[in-house]
Amino acid sequence: MTPPVTAAPPTAFHRKRPVKKIGVLGWLHANLFSSLFNTVLTLLVLGLLVWAVPPILDWAFIDAVWHGTTREACETVGGACWPFIFQRFGQIVYGFYDEAARWRVDVVYVFGAVGLAWLMIPSLPRKGWVGAALLTLYPLVSFVLLSGGWFGLPVVSTEKWGGLLLTLVVAAVGIVASLPLGVLLALGRRSTLPVVRILSVVFIEVWRGVPMITVLFMASSMLPLFLPDGLELDKLVRALIAVALFNAAYMAEVIRGGLQALPRGQYEGAAALGFGYWQSTALIVLPQALRTVLPDIVNNMISMFKDTSLVSIIGFFDLLGVIQAGATDVDWTGPNTALTGYLFAGALYWVFCFSMSRYSASLERQLSQGDRR
Amino acid sequence: MSDAIIQLDNVCKWYGDFAVLKNINLTVKRGEKIVIAGPSGSGKSTLVRCINRLEEHDEGDIVVNGTTLTRDVRDIDTVRREVGMVFQQFNLFPHLSILHNCTLAPLWVRKTPKKEAEALAMHYLEEMRIADQAHKHPAQLSGGQQQRAAIARALCMNPKIMLFDEPTSALDPEMIGEVLEVMVDLARKGMTMVCVTHEMGFAREVADRVCFMDAGEIIEEADPETFFTSPKRERTKLFLSQILGH
Repeated sequence: MTPPVTAAPPTAFHRKRPVKKIGVLGWLHANLFSSLFNTVLTLLVLGLLVWAVPPILDWAFIDAVWHGTTREACETVGGACWPFIFQRFGQIVYGFYDEAARWRVDVVYVFGAVGLAWLMIPSLPRKGWVGAALLTLYPLVSFVLLSGGWFGLPVVSTEKWGGLLLTLVVAAVGIVASLPLGVLLALGRRSTLPVVRILSVVFIEVWRGVPMITVLFMASSMLPLFLPDGLELDKLVRALIAVALFNAAYMAEVIRGGLQALPRGQYEGAAALGFGYWQSTALIVLPQALRTVLPDIVNNMISMFKDTSLVSIIGFFDLLGVIQAGATDVDWTGPNTALTGYLFAGALYWVFCFSMSRYSASLERQLSQGDRR
Repeated sequence: MSDAIIQLDNVCKWYGDFAVLKNINLTVKRGEKIVIAGPSGSGKSTLVRCINRLEEHDEGDIVVNGTTLTRDVRDIDTVRREVGMVFQQFNLFPHLSILHNCTLAPLWVRKTPKKEAEALAMHYLEEMRIADQAHKHPAQLSGGQQQRAAIARALCMNPKIMLFDEPTSALDPEMIGEVLEVMVDLARKGMTMVCVTHEMGFAREVADRVCFMDAGEIIEEADPETFFTSPKRERTKLFLSQILGH
């Protein structure tokens, strides 16, 4: 036996981590001009920016027309035609929704915005209740308000819905419905029961194999032929169901990726403790799987949001459709009107998609707190 | 055989055409501590995993605490509620704190009230000497702490039997000791234990019997004294000389 070794007491170590100073020149050198190749790239990109950005800004803001009420105002100038947007703003936001009833849309907008903001601001309490209300009560109230026919509210037929309202309705239904459906399909595809598995695989592969446009055409013109007599589904409802099912198939494959990434030990750990299938799925498997694929889920949602513009091909006037229709209107047709409209639509889409992206990033940060060592 | 809590009769299992378990017969009495040793690939892990049906056996009977394991899911659930298991890779749930890892099964499987489940969890975490880590997530703990948390999690279900599948094989040498210590404590308290392990010191200290497996068979079964001092089979002698030699 060797005599016990007495460890030397730890020496006092009070030095702070040295501060690294690089300065502006140092930063420039390190990040932009660190090698010949990087220097060339930096100069090229700089040149591209100088060449491209000022003309766009000139067109959009400096040479643009800001005042006026008709196309004549825009005819003489070579810049963006903002009066078009101002004049048509009501249509862009509400579509052809009866003007007297637009307050109902506003109420839906405000409740939705407040609810979402509540969920996104981390310090606010009772997120569970707010989320549950947003998923159950809110769609119900929105439906009653938007379509009317109850409590003395006059009916506004869905053909009049349009603009941002329609885009948000289609996107919200698609996003909210596709997630639970996708979860079920993903679980079904991994089920040990052959019937469930085969049905899930067939469903996913059929919907994924067909273009969205085809699906929408089928929903708008073919489906009514197959529905039994007397059963009439609103065209918008048919389109919403189509969008939800189509996106559920995509969501299912994303979620399946998350399920597969989960180590087998997690399933075994849960099984050994006596958890049944649904309990271990809900408490152990899904929370981890969904978290793993959160970036992909949001990616899907963003793509879904933009794909809502496809409903314009079956005769709906969504955000893009309403702008396009306005720009071809004889009152406004002109070289710069359509471009201005597209720029505005693009900016609006971007604001919504970028918000989703930022929210998902902050959610990822919150959820990964347990990973920190 | 009224006090037998685990009974395996002629248990056989194949992976494809490869026989992993060949006519295994094993009886474990209430309160007994069994250590299963043997070279890797000899079927040790498969054997313990059959006891709580993480693996399905193809032939023979397995009776655990009076329940015969069949395809019937209710029987499997009954057995799993009474049998705790500790894995080589801990298999803690990384999205939950240590405390929630421990309360999850009592809350949802046993329907224990929340307060009671938490008190139970804290009791076992204290016994495992990691009560101060209760609110951390698994990734923030060392390997030894994680494994002790995993043992606490299994104990929170008040199991009658504990299965250990190489509980120290994924640990740094410094942490093996702390895990073995709590396992010895557990053995002293009278828990029925079936341990697959290479820790021969642990076997010598707590085991009532050591089973030596090779190529899917239990080829030698003896009390630790006999097993270590006068093994009968050549394969056992070779194994012991290799594992104790360094």
